[in-house]
Amino acid sequence: MTSIDAGPADQRRDTRPPAAGSAQTTAPGATATRPLLEVDQLRVHFATPAGLVRAVDGVSLSVRAGEVLGVVGESGSGKTVMSRRAMGLVGPGTTTRLSGTVRYDGTEISALPPAELSKLWGSEMAMILQDPMTSLNPVKRVGEQIGESLRRHLGLDRAAAHQRAVQLLRSVGLSEPERRVRQYPHELSGGMRQRVTIAIALSCDPRLLFADEPTTALDVTVQAQILELLARQQAEHRMAMMIVTHDLRVVRGHTDRVVVMYAGKVVEAAPTRTLFAAPRMPYTEALMNAVPPLTGSNHAVLRVIPGRPPNLLAPPPGCAFAPRCASAQERCLTEMPPLRSAADLAGASPGGSAAGAPAGGPAPAIAGTPDDHVYRCWYPVGTEAGDEARRTNIERGHTAAGTPILAEAV
Amino acid sequence: MTDLVKDERQNKTGASSGPGGDPGASRHVQLRDADDVVLSVEDLVVEFGVGGGSTVHAVSGVSFDVRRGETLGLVGESGCGKSTTGRSIMQLPKPTSGSVRLHGDNLGGMPSGQMRRARRKLQMIFQDPISSLNPRRRIADIIAEPLRVWGSSPDARKAKVAETLEAVGLDPQLVADRRPHQFSGGQCQRISIARALVLEPEVLICDEPVSALDVSVQAQILNLLEEMKERYQLTMIFISHDLAVVRNISDRVAVMYLGKLCEIAPAVELFDRPRHHYSSLLLSSIPSADQDATTSAARLDRSGGEMPSPVSPPSGCRFRTRCPAATERCAVEEPLMRQVGDGHFVACHHPLEVAEVVASGAEGSVERSADGTPDGALRPVALEGV
Amino acid sequence: MAEARETLEEPILTGNGGPTDLAAMEPDLLDVEPDQTVASGRRRRSFQFGWWLACGWLILVVGAALLAPILPLWEPGTPDYTNVAGGLSASHPLGGDAIGRDNLSRLIYGARASLLVGLSAVVLGAVIGGLLGIIAGYVGGKVERVLLTLTDATLAFPGLVLLIAAVAVFGASMTVIIVGLAVLSIPTFIRLARATTLVIVQREFVTAARAYGARPMRVMLREVVPNVVLPVAAYGFIMVGVFIVAEGSLSFLGLGIPPPTPSWGSMIAAGRTELLTHPQISLIPAAVMFVTVLSINYVGERTRKRFEVKDSNL
Repeated sequence: MTSIDAGPADQRRDTRPPAAGSAQTTAPGATATRPLLEVDQLRVHFATPAGLVRAVDGVSLSVRAGEVLGVVGESGSGKTVMSRRAMGLVGPGTTTRLSGTVRYDGTEISALPPAELSKLWGSEMAMILQDPMTSLNPVKRVGEQIGESLRRHLGLDRAAAHQRAVQLLRSVGLSEPERRVRQYPHELSGGMRQRVTIAIALSCDPRLLFADEPTTALDVTVQAQILELLARQQAEHRMAMMIVTHDLRVVRGHTDRVVVMYAGKVVEAAPTRTLFAAPRMPYTEALMNAVPPLTGSNHAVLRVIPGRPPNLLAPPPGCAFAPRCASAQERCLTEMPPLRSAADLAGASPGGSAAGAPAGGPAPAIAGTPDDHVYRCWYPVGTEAGDEARRTNIERGHTAAGTPILAEAV
Repeated sequence: MTDLVKDERQNKTGASSGPGGDPGASRHVQLRDADDVVLSVEDLVVEFGVGGGSTVHAVSGVSFDVRRGETLGLVGESGCGKSTTGRSIMQLPKPTSGSVRLHGDNLGGMPSGQMRRARRKLQMIFQDPISSLNPRRRIADIIAEPLRVWGSSPDARKAKVAETLEAVGLDPQLVADRRPHQFSGGQCQRISIARALVLEPEVLICDEPVSALDVSVQAQILNLLEEMKERYQLTMIFISHDLAVVRNISDRVAVMYLGKLCEIAPAVELFDRPRHHYSSLLLSSIPSADQDATTSAARLDRSGGEMPSPVSPPSGCRFRTRCPAATERCAVEEPLMRQVGDGHFVACHHPLEVAEVVASGAEGSVERSADGTPDGALRPVALEGV
Repeated sequence: MAEARETLEEPILTGNGGPTDLAAMEPDLLDVEPDQTVASGRRRRSFQFGWWLACGWLILVVGAALLAPILPLWEPGTPDYTNVAGGLSASHPLGGDAIGRDNLSRLIYGARASLLVGLSAVVLGAVIGGLLGIIAGYVGGKVERVLLTLTDATLAFPGLVLLIAAVAVFGASMTVIIVGLAVLSIPTFIRLARATTLVIVQREFVTAARAYGARPMRVMLREVVPNVVLPVAAYGFIMVGVFIVAEGSLSFLGLGIPPPTPSWGSMIAAGRTELLTHPQISLIPAAVMFVTVLSINYVGERTRKRFEVKDSNL
């Protein structure tokens, strides 16, 4: 159905040790399934002279202990701002408007003052950024940078911190760690620097790791090295991880669950295998089809997504993807579909009562519920309504938004 | 289209297997002496002096040729010299040594005026769509400038600009009077393509043309390039680090590592049956649904992903410091290109065996047959076993 | 705003407000005019009240200076003995100086001298320095080394000493002062133009121009120069203010434009003997100079920023 690596189902879940299994057996009832990180109705709006930029617009999701969540989106989807806000790195400002809550391990952290928050950073949560050059301090030796957080959070003395830094560098696969601790970031290659940032992030055994495009700046063989390292560390430390990326291939092989973002909103969320086997949101499907395949003959005509990401200043009243969507109907242009699951859909009469629970109210579906497959679409791919909608559009040659349907786009 | 390509390959094998004793032919077995070779690059060397009197060996003796209507993909990781190769074909800057022949005429050996004229037949598209366009000029002027340089009349220019803009999918009426900053990355890349095509070149060199674009826009530009290739009868050299993109757009793919060619083969053949250990490492490094594959790829790389410095590249085979099959011979003797299959050339003393690879592909697909399409063929199982 | 620019993964910067992908079939969205982009919004805000105030002042000063001969003013050089160190009055709105010349008239004629010195010196310096800088950056090699060595040598020479020496040798005249200031500014212009050129030459549109066969001269004139002119001009604008003050300092030392031609500097200097008894003689030209230079800097800075934003918006 989709062209990206039409292949075997991902084996991730099978090969991993059961996530947070012990916690689930000991703590009965609701607490067992309580996620480590809960993001609820998160909004980040930036006031600019040209108007309000709705970078993140009502995102709810959760990450359970030991779970790897992938957040996928193109530039402008709000994935980076969302992850930074979830981590507490985007604070209120004169031009920044925030709402919604972030709970870490049951405690609300979205309103914590920076001083309180910084106690969590490093020890409980850590992050890895895209560009290892900018996230490392160029005038400090590698060892000092690792030691800094060790001394602050674990109270180690200088000698012990040094010892631990060498150990950490060895564990992230850096050769000659004794020499590396005395080097400056510019003396290391891009891959080595990313290993150092990972060492820093893991130094205090965080329970949650944010990785924002961790391999985008790296070559493919180095990327393989870093992804392997992250997977190994994640399994060893039983860490929860949120990988933010634009790369569907990275997400497919390295996550348990995926959240797809578009125009500041979650448009689809599902366990990774389910998502790649049967994407429901036309955007997800289109994104998968736009990636050149690695099988079949070459010179395949790629199925393009017409247009480009939406204007966050003046979002359309309906579904943000409607102008580019091959299935778009009149309803998509006027009414924002709620995030709902296949089960919700079955319960509701087609086209009727489902509309009564808009996304603005108490959200019926949270993109974090364990194994649900939720999506924000009136005419999901692979359902009767979706097939019907697409057939209608093909017959009339254009979608309800007026976008012509090209043969290759279908 | 595909028929044409097949024919070419048959011709080529016939041609290259002919002269056995000729030392030139054995040194560059991958070069073909057919009539329709548009561009041939021989022993291209590019070196830059850096501080402290040391030299960066960016490209060290690269040879390949491109036939009319063919797309040659040039892949490799950053620092392998693929972009430098592309630019030195354009003589921007001139290579340190080696020849670039366009229809048999050596560009480097020409007086500069003649070279400028000859080079019109070669055009280039760059990675950064924004940096490619002069921010102070209107789109119409940007695209008309090459024509102005070569002195066409204003009316002819205007018509040509409009025609080319339409060809790349932009409305001339709406676009002509605007400036680059009013366009998105994808649109800027369309404008760059229009500027490159306005002189009706024979060869288009694309240097990472889609690396800066979002996935959805990337597909638009890739399709456009294929369309333009057909419409303008282009021959293309497509430089990229993205293996999936290269596989899809190229007829043949050349793999570069640290300034040298490792392997050159028809695209699908190379991806299905890589013979060089570096090609195989590259392919198995693509993240796949099966996490174990990436893991084994990562473990296979002896250096942990570290490339040696191009200032002092390893002796012999340049990949030997990372190669799982390296022997003493690899350190002393530089492997020459040799033919290992139909149009398939590899520079390796110990190439991967085809039988091994095929067997592994079969195993892989058996294991996963429940799910349908096997992509196990992409990864030689020889690697997974390690 | 700065925050938004840093943290957003470029949704605004890629120009979401710009024309939509014409190529990709959404003609209906094209009615978003390109001028409604975020960049223009930012521009609009930055060009607000303060900017207009500064512009208004500059227009007033320049206008008055240009129109001085046809304005109903007293002769700037002719004393009116009823107005010696006179206060503000209907016939002499800004009073008179120590020998009774009309302050308003001298202020306006002084603006002519001060602005002429500032502008001519900058134009001279910017054109010569800019051209040399572009050549240095574009040609490189020996040419660049020679130019940079000369530049460094000039920069190492104390400017004031050079000016005093020039005045001593050639005598104080407006030409000497203009040429002297221009020569002093050339090294900075060379450095600025060269640095900008080096950045521009790296851009791929320059490579593209060479690839489609443009000769080096054409590449320089068509692709490089237009991109260097704006930063140089913006810097030059600010230098006008610097030079007005410099001329004032020279006049104060008695090395400025020789009397009887009035300039702001010589007016301030002339009033210093009466500073305790009649401070307005010095303070009014000082205030005018202050506001003018401030306005020049403000407008210059804003203009420069505007073009920077436009570039970063690319």
